[in-house]
Amino acid sequence: MANLKELSHRDDRLAGGHRLCAGCGASIAVRQVLLGAGLEPVVVGCATGCLEVSTSIYPYSSWKTSFIHNAFENSAATVSGVEAAFQALKRVGKIPADKKMKFVAFGGDGGTYDIGLQSLSGAMERGHDMVYVCYDNGAYMNTGIQRSSATPKGAWATTAEVGPAQQGKIQRRKDLTQIMAAHNIPYVAQASISHWKDLTSKAEKAFSVEGPAFLNVFAPCPRGWRIPSSQSVEIAKLAVQTGFWPLYEVEDGVFRQTVRVANRKPLEEFLKPQGRFKHLFTPGNEALLAEIQSDVDKAWDDLIGRCATE
Amino acid sequence: MPTHKTLAATGNSVVAEAMRQCRPDVMAAYPITPQTTIVEEFAGFVAKGRVHTEYVTTESEHSAMSACIGASAAGARVMTATASQGLALMWEELYIASGMRLPIVMANANRALSAPINIHCDHSDIMGARDSGWVTYFAETAQEAYDNTIMAVRVAEHPDVMLPVMSTLDGFITTHSIDRVSVMDDESVAGFVGDYVPENALLDQDNPVAHGTFSGLGGPFFEFKRQQREAMESARAVINQVGAEYTELTGRPFDVIETWNMEDAEVAVVVIGSTAGNVRHVARRLRAEGKRVGIVKIRVWRPFPYAEIAAALKSVKAVAVMDRAESFGAEGGPLFLEVRSALYDLPERIPVVNYIYGLGGSDVKLELIERVFADLADVAAGTDSPAGLVYLGAREEA
Amino acid sequence: MKWDISEMGSWTNKQFPRGACIPEAGNSAYYATGGWRSERPVRDAERCTQCLMCWIDCPDSSVVVVDEKVVAFDLEHCKGCGICAQVCPVKCIDMVPEGCELTEVK
Repeated sequence: MANLKELSHRDDRLAGGHRLCAGCGASIAVRQVLLGAGLEPVVVGCATGCLEVSTSIYPYSSWKTSFIHNAFENSAATVSGVEAAFQALKRVGKIPADKKMKFVAFGGDGGTYDIGLQSLSGAMERGHDMVYVCYDNGAYMNTGIQRSSATPKGAWATTAEVGPAQQGKIQRRKDLTQIMAAHNIPYVAQASISHWKDLTSKAEKAFSVEGPAFLNVFAPCPRGWRIPSSQSVEIAKLAVQTGFWPLYEVEDGVFRQTVRVANRKPLEEFLKPQGRFKHLFTPGNEALLAEIQSDVDKAWDDLIGRCATE
Repeated sequence: MPTHKTLAATGNSVVAEAMRQCRPDVMAAYPITPQTTIVEEFAGFVAKGRVHTEYVTTESEHSAMSACIGASAAGARVMTATASQGLALMWEELYIASGMRLPIVMANANRALSAPINIHCDHSDIMGARDSGWVTYFAETAQEAYDNTIMAVRVAEHPDVMLPVMSTLDGFITTHSIDRVSVMDDESVAGFVGDYVPENALLDQDNPVAHGTFSGLGGPFFEFKRQQREAMESARAVINQVGAEYTELTGRPFDVIETWNMEDAEVAVVVIGSTAGNVRHVARRLRAEGKRVGIVKIRVWRPFPYAEIAAALKSVKAVAVMDRAESFGAEGGPLFLEVRSALYDLPERIPVVNYIYGLGGSDVKLELIERVFADLADVAAGTDSPAGLVYLGAREEA
Repeated sequence: MKWDISEMGSWTNKQFPRGACIPEAGNSAYYATGGWRSERPVRDAERCTQCLMCWIDCPDSSVVVVDEKVVAFDLEHCKGCGICAQVCPVKCIDMVPEGCELTEVK
C-alpha cells in the first residue's frame, strides 16, 4: 500500500486537457484508480458517458495509455475481448509469455447499473483477468442528469422531477456492489474519492488479483448534485461518514469493512448541502426524509452484520 | 499445391472447418438457430486442442460483437457467427465494427426476423445489415460457404479494405443439409490467408492509441464516412483479385456474380443464395425446350456489383428479381431496388418484375419458378405488365 | 507532439488516420482548458507541508509534483474548481479571482 509520496512517482495516466467539468468526481476516481493500479501497462476501455466523451474528443485523447470506446452498454464485453486477445496472442507466441498487462473497463452508473449490467455480469462470470470500475455519480449525467437505478431515493433528476405529484426518485437505489459480490469473483469493493488511501489500496488489490475484480467508486458530480465545484471530495466524505456509502471489500467471499465509522452522522449532513435534495427539507417531507434515513440505517446494519469482525 | 479432400458435410460444418483453418485468435459468439452447429463444432476444436483460439462464450450477441471489436482492436484475428435475431441484436455493433475499420469475419446463417418468430430461411436479417459497411458474400452451396469464408479473411485484412466481412449461407437449407464439399489441407489454407499484421493495436503499448473516439461536435465525421465508402469501393478489386488467387488454388471459378447462359438470354432471373439451384434446375429444362432463359446469381452483395449486373442484363427483354426479404413501403424488395437502379442508365429500359418469395422458409417449389419464367415470357412478349410485386407462393383468394 | 495536427482543419479524408483512431496517447495535454476558470489557486509555499493531498484530489492532473514536492499548478489546464483549496489540511491554498486581461473589459 503506497503512500502519497510513493504514488507521486507513478505516471498519471489521465492527462490534463480533458473536458470534464471543473470539480468532476469521475476524473478524481480515474486518477486514483490508475495510480493505485501499479506500473504495468494498462489497456483502458470506457463506456459512453461523461468520462469517455470528455477524454476522447477527436483529435485529442486524455489517456496516456491504450484506450478503446465502443458503445454505452458494453465496456465490460469490449475489454473482455481485449483480454481474450492478449491470452490468445500469448498462447501463440506473438506476445511473450511473461508479458504483463492489465485490463480495465470504466463505466458510469448508467453504463453499469442499468444498460451495462448484462455485459458486466457476463464478463465477470466468464472469469476474465480484468477490472471493472464504476464511477457512481448517481444519474445519467452526460445526457442531462436523468435518473438511473443508482440515483438515491428522493433525489431530484430530470426524469424524476419534483412537484405536487412526486418528490423526486421514488425507488430505492440498487445495491450493485452486493450484486457483484454474489458473482463469486475474487475481489469486489466499494470506495470513495474522499478516501484516497482506501481507494488506491483497493485498486492495487483489484489489479493484482487473478481473475475478475469490481470496484464501485463514489464520484460526486457538482453539476448534477447542485453543489459548488470545490465540494466534490467533501460531499463524498460526508457520504461515507453518514453511512450512505459504506467502504468495504469482499475478498473471496469474505466481507470486510475497510473504513470504520463509529458514530454515523445524521444523513441530513450529506443531503442538505446538495441542491438535488432541497425539496426534502420543505414542510411535508419529514416522513420521506425519515424513510430515507431508516433505509440507510437498515442497509448499514445489514452490511455490518455481513462483515467479518476483527 | 494443395491437397483436396471431398467430404459429405453440412454448410455449418464446413464453415466451422474453414474458420479453424484460418486460425482465428479470438472467437466470441452466442448460439442461435440455425448457426448453432458452427459454434458447437468450433467448441469441439477448442476442447480437442486443434485451435489456439480464445473462445469467449458471451452472454448475448451484442456482447459477442462487442468482444470481437475489443479483440480485433487489440490486434487479434477475430471470427464469429450469428443469425437473425442475433444479427439484429448486434446491429449498432455492426456499424461500429465497420466505422472502427476492424477486419472481423462473421458467418451468418440467413434466417427470418421476428415477428412472428420463425427459425427458417429468408434474407430479412442480412438485408437489415445492408447499410452497415460490411463486405457481404452470399453462398448458394456449402462449397461456396467454405470458399467465401476463407476468402473473407484475406479481403477483410487487406490494407486497402480493412472492413469487416460477412460470409452468409441460407439457414437450414445450406447450414444443415449434407452436401459434397471439397476442402483443402490446413497448410494451404493457412498459407492463403497468411498472418494478420495489425496496425494501431491496443496491445502494442510502445505506440498507445485511442480507438472509438468522439468525432461529434463538428468534428470530421463526414471524412471518416468517406473513408469507409472508399474502402468499400477498393474492396471490388480486392475481392476479384483474392477470388482469382483462390481459383488458382482450387480450380473453382469465382466471380461477384455468376451468370448462366446469359450470352443469348431473352429473359433472366436475378437471385441470391440457395434458390439459385432451384432456378437453374427449371432453367435447364426450359433451355432443353429451346427457351432462351438466363440466370444472374449474386455472390457478393456488398459492394453491390451494379456494373456487372447491368452488363449481364443489358440485352434481355425482361428481368425477374427474386427477393427473399421485404422492404415494407418500398416499391419492391431490397434486391429489386438495387437491380432496377443498376439498370437505370442503360439506353433501353428493361422491364423488371419483383417476386417476393420464400419468406420464413416458405417452400420454393419448382412450379413457382416455372411460373416466374412463364410470366417473364409474357412480359417480354408485351402481353403482360411488369408492374406490381408478386408474393410468390403465398395463398391467394379463390 | 508526435502527431502533427496543426493543419487538420484542411485535411481531406485521405489525411485522417483510418477509423478516427488517435495515434498519440495523452495528446490532450496540448489542449488548454485553463481558459475555463474564473479563479485560480495560489499556494503559500511557506505554510505548505507538502502532504500532496491537493495532488491526489485534483480532477485535472494540474498539481505539478517534482521529487515528491508540489512545485506549481499547471495553469494551462487548471479549471479553478477549488478542490485543492478545500482539501488542504493547513489551508495554505487560496482561490483568487482570475484577472481579466482583455482590454475591452479593463
